[in-house]
Amino acid sequence: MAEPLLQVERLSKRFGALAAVADVSLDLVSGECHAVIGPNGAGKTTLLALIAGEILPDAGRVAFAGEDVTRLKVSRRALRGLGRTFQLTQLCAEFSARRNVMLAVEARVGTPFHFLRRADSLATLAARADAALVMAGLAERAHVPAGLLSHGEQRQLELAVAMAARPRALLLDEPAAGLGPAETAEMAARLAALKGRVAMLLVEHDMDTVFRLADRITVMAEGRVIASGAPDTIRADAAVREAYLGEIADA
Amino acid sequence: MREPAPPHVRRGWIAAQAGLAVLVAAPFVLTALDRAWLLPTLTRMLAYGLGAAALDVVLGYGGLVSFGHGAFLGTGAYVAGALIHHAGAATPLLRWPVEIDGSLDALIAFPAAALAAGALAFLIGAVSLRTRGVHFIMITLAFAQMVYFLVLAIPEYGGTDGLMLPARHRLFDLPLDGDQPLYWVALVLLVGFLTIAQRSMEARFGLALRGARQNERRMRALGYPVFRIRLVAFTISGAVAGLAGAVLANQAGFVSPDLLSWQRSGELIIMVILGGQGTLFGPVLGAFALLLLEEELSAVTEHWMLVLGPLLLACVLFFRRGLWGQVVRAPAHG
Repeated sequence: MAEPLLQVERLSKRFGALAAVADVSLDLVSGECHAVIGPNGAGKTTLLALIAGEILPDAGRVAFAGEDVTRLKVSRRALRGLGRTFQLTQLCAEFSARRNVMLAVEARVGTPFHFLRRADSLATLAARADAALVMAGLAERAHVPAGLLSHGEQRQLELAVAMAARPRALLLDEPAAGLGPAETAEMAARLAALKGRVAMLLVEHDMDTVFRLADRITVMAEGRVIASGAPDTIRADAAVREAYLGEIADA
Repeated sequence: MREPAPPHVRRGWIAAQAGLAVLVAAPFVLTALDRAWLLPTLTRMLAYGLGAAALDVVLGYGGLVSFGHGAFLGTGAYVAGALIHHAGAATPLLRWPVEIDGSLDALIAFPAAALAAGALAFLIGAVSLRTRGVHFIMITLAFAQMVYFLVLAIPEYGGTDGLMLPARHRLFDLPLDGDQPLYWVALVLLVGFLTIAQRSMEARFGLALRGARQNERRMRALGYPVFRIRLVAFTISGAVAGLAGAVLANQAGFVSPDLLSWQRSGELIIMVILGGQGTLFGPVLGAFALLLLEEELSAVTEHWMLVLGPLLLACVLFFRRGLWGQVVRAPAHG
């Protein structure tokens, strides 16, 4: 196997008495989709926050593109190519959809310390922003403030913004959260189209999406990894069925 | 390809140009009407307009409620005042580490005022910008009070009595005496700042600053150095407020700790909110409106604050985007 792009080693984080993430190790290879599943409260979102740098771990190590980034600030990790979408959409609500994407396109090109040139004056960057909007199916809605888009459109924009920064690895926190069945299928199709272009660490509750996209699956429960492997292995794993998949089927 | 400007932005440009035309005509009209004694008041309004527009960059565009901009305004005023004072007394302003003499040259004093206020803003910002919300308001207020009491403690500059200035600065060897020259200086500074600030708020720097106000988490996740962006904005804003202070010192021929007080900081905030935050032109309008109200109401009754308060309240409640929002008929959101 190739040198992993993202490597998480024995990561732990406690909140008081609660071990939110305990001794978690996993890795992500360039171009693959690695899904992390588990019941609510399993520590999946905390794990993503630790990898992105929004919170710092109590123990363990995060390496990205061959470098130790465990103590690096969020923005520094992002500049190295670690992108992310959030479970609750995080957009600049007053800016148009296009401006949101434009901010992402510019994020890793040069510095933000330009004071006199209009932000969208560079044709190559503007073209990249427009292409990202077309990909997200939002070309018609480009000039609508992000806060006025429908929930489904906002979820598409969230993904478009994360991709417009051209990340090498993408942390996806429940991209289908709050979407109806049709929209979920549409989102899964978009993610499938991105496969191979960017490495994805996918946290998702919709099992159809997970089994459609994932090359590998890691199952978490109560902050720990209880199983990890190919989708077929996970589907057959008795412990996983008991801890998680069965729960869903019963519900 | 750029985004088309919405109608209220185009109306804003027209209103701003009309305002500029009025301000350019004002000295001539007032002289013709034998009302030239009003010009110093207009100069003061322009200076406060500059200070309020500077605060707007931080408050309106950056979403950072600085309760300490009086300190930057006052620092600029005191630097300009002290340079005149020492030039008049032929004593050095500073003996150590380098000897700095007083100066009557506006081309030295105004940049010095901006530089000193900017340096102070950088230091205060470097600490304050690590906090959020109410904490940020309180910590900027605390720093401003420190500066206030520091200046109060310098006997050379008159303590609470303030400092009478023996002269005004000179520009290209022409004294800024009389009312007109200083008026033009104030107007040029204001128009210059508004032009540059308006541009930079549409440039990458401005978009990053505004984006961080709307969603700091998203901006960080995209890789924007939010803290550094805010610090640069805070520093520039403080420097320009200092410039406004230098104009005020020259206009009044007097500086006092009152310019550094928290009431000044509060007034600047009121000007920004009254005029419409995040519009740059609005705070200038707000400065004119507030000073005009103060002037008119205090002539009618000594309890003018009792009238001013409810008026401001009504403005904030009914004009959600401030006076400027009414002028350009801006939508309630977006």
